[in-house]
Amino acid sequence: MERKSPLFAAFLYVSALLLAVVILAPILWLFVMSISPAADLAAKPLRWWPETPDFSRYATLLSTLENSAGAAFTASLRNSLEVAGMATLAAIALAIPAGWAVSRTPSIGWSLSLVIATYMLPPVALAVPLYMGLAHLGMLNNVFGLALVYLTILAPFTTWLMKSGFDSIPKEIEAAAMMDGAGLFQTLRIITLPLAMPVMATSALFAFLLAWDEFFYALLFTSDQRAKTLTVAIADLAGGRVSDYGLIATAGVLAALPPVLIGLVMQRALISGLTNGGVKG
Amino acid sequence: MSGTFMTTRAWALMLPLLVVMIAVIGWPLVDTVGLSFTDAKLVGTAGQFVGFENYAKMLASANFQRSLIITAMFAVISVAAEMVLGVLAALLLNQDFKGRGVLRALMILPWALPTVVNATLWRLIYNPEYGALNAALTQLGLLDAYRSWLGEPGTALTALIVADCWKNFPLVALIALAALQAVPRDITAASLVDGAGPFTRFRFVILPYLAGPLMVALVLRTIEAFKVFDIIWVMTRGGPANSTRTLSILVYQEAFSFQRAGSGASLALIVTLFVTVLALAYGALVRKAAGSAA
Repeated sequence: MERKSPLFAAFLYVSALLLAVVILAPILWLFVMSISPAADLAAKPLRWWPETPDFSRYATLLSTLENSAGAAFTASLRNSLEVAGMATLAAIALAIPAGWAVSRTPSIGWSLSLVIATYMLPPVALAVPLYMGLAHLGMLNNVFGLALVYLTILAPFTTWLMKSGFDSIPKEIEAAAMMDGAGLFQTLRIITLPLAMPVMATSALFAFLLAWDEFFYALLFTSDQRAKTLTVAIADLAGGRVSDYGLIATAGVLAALPPVLIGLVMQRALISGLTNGGVKG
Repeated sequence: MSGTFMTTRAWALMLPLLVVMIAVIGWPLVDTVGLSFTDAKLVGTAGQFVGFENYAKMLASANFQRSLIITAMFAVISVAAEMVLGVLAALLLNQDFKGRGVLRALMILPWALPTVVNATLWRLIYNPEYGALNAALTQLGLLDAYRSWLGEPGTALTALIVADCWKNFPLVALIALAALQAVPRDITAASLVDGAGPFTRFRFVILPYLAGPLMVALVLRTIEAFKVFDIIWVMTRGGPANSTRTLSILVYQEAFSFQRAGSGASLALIVTLFVTVLALAYGALVRKAAGSAA
């Protein structure tokens, strides 16, 4: 800050370098593993950088040839996109009216607090009845069933984010529109929702990331390519008898790519969302 | 417009959310409570009413007690380490130096990495035959022979905690950094003029601003650490010799591997009770911290 001796400056740069290495080394290693020939990864002493980078595993995993390793992976990729997409849309659709209602009518706020308190529930406390219920409905191993279950996680979170978003839009703007004769839904559609677009986008991204990350319910409620998500497919690879560690790393890179890109591009919005959460609880 | 009309309208707008939440959370929770008093299996019979037998059996079992201790160790050590590392990183990022923006952007990477990918990555790093940790330590001369970090009961839990910390301390750092940036410059300047040293300044000028947000981060991280499942399932499945079998893994085994839905449900509710008590206790602390910071 104010006084900065050369010694202090040196200390700063060494610490910063250390932090950068701690953060980057594991991630870079994941990528290096994905492009190293299998022989390099099994070499002793270990080869830290491949002589000839080998990108073929990406082609292997993304191929859609029947019964190939890629077929299972691309199926899980599609399932993850479908489940996360549907769950996000549904969560936002529930969150907009509920978030607005709580924002404008604080007297019913306790109901949202109750919904948010369910965050404390460990998923195992709901898992058995959800399993039996989905089985009863014939929705085990089904992307719709899984998306429905994901609402347990996504809906409380998005509603709370939307509510804080609506809180920052002045009521007076809505009142003015209504004074001019606009009905409630017209006011919301023309005035409020366009102003709430940024917070809606942030909420949707958070919801998508949460769903993309989910593992426990997907592990329990899916069993094959029809519904298995990426996280389950990767856990299968990691726990299975795959002898090529590079292939596991490649799957990891591909699964991490969307959230990492979203994270980097949307940094500012995500951080302010996270820290608002941190401050307001 | 009248108050009752507003309230009725608000409830109507809440209705879709409430209906869905009752269907996917409320009903399953009530059903879990019901199941916990029966000897129901996961498939087939509904089971007989057995009163509190499941609870008594679970609370008395050595498996539960051991899992509780393992979970507490995992939660306390990883969250404490995340808090300390997070605040240190935030203090660093709050300084002026070249590349600060880039470094701050990098902090989002571990947070964005899916939990399962993080677990898989560290599982590969810890691999007993080809892992990078063994290779790096032997090449640096710090280790004589390759070790099975996740395969030995003595190191498995520590290895898991390191992997968990690496993913989560950057989030604490970002929250702490936002709080640090809210500390008014003139206050730190004034404390400098008054001759406050760096530690006095941290304790009395900066910490009050950090306390509230950090307490909230502490609560959320502790609750999550207490519920931990994913990272452990992918890295060790609770092994070796059950040395990393946390409560969530134990419930999973009871209810789904052994298909004992009744006793699994009672165990799940015991875990829920622990988390709730923790959260309430912390909640009181947060209010206190928020009160003293204001």
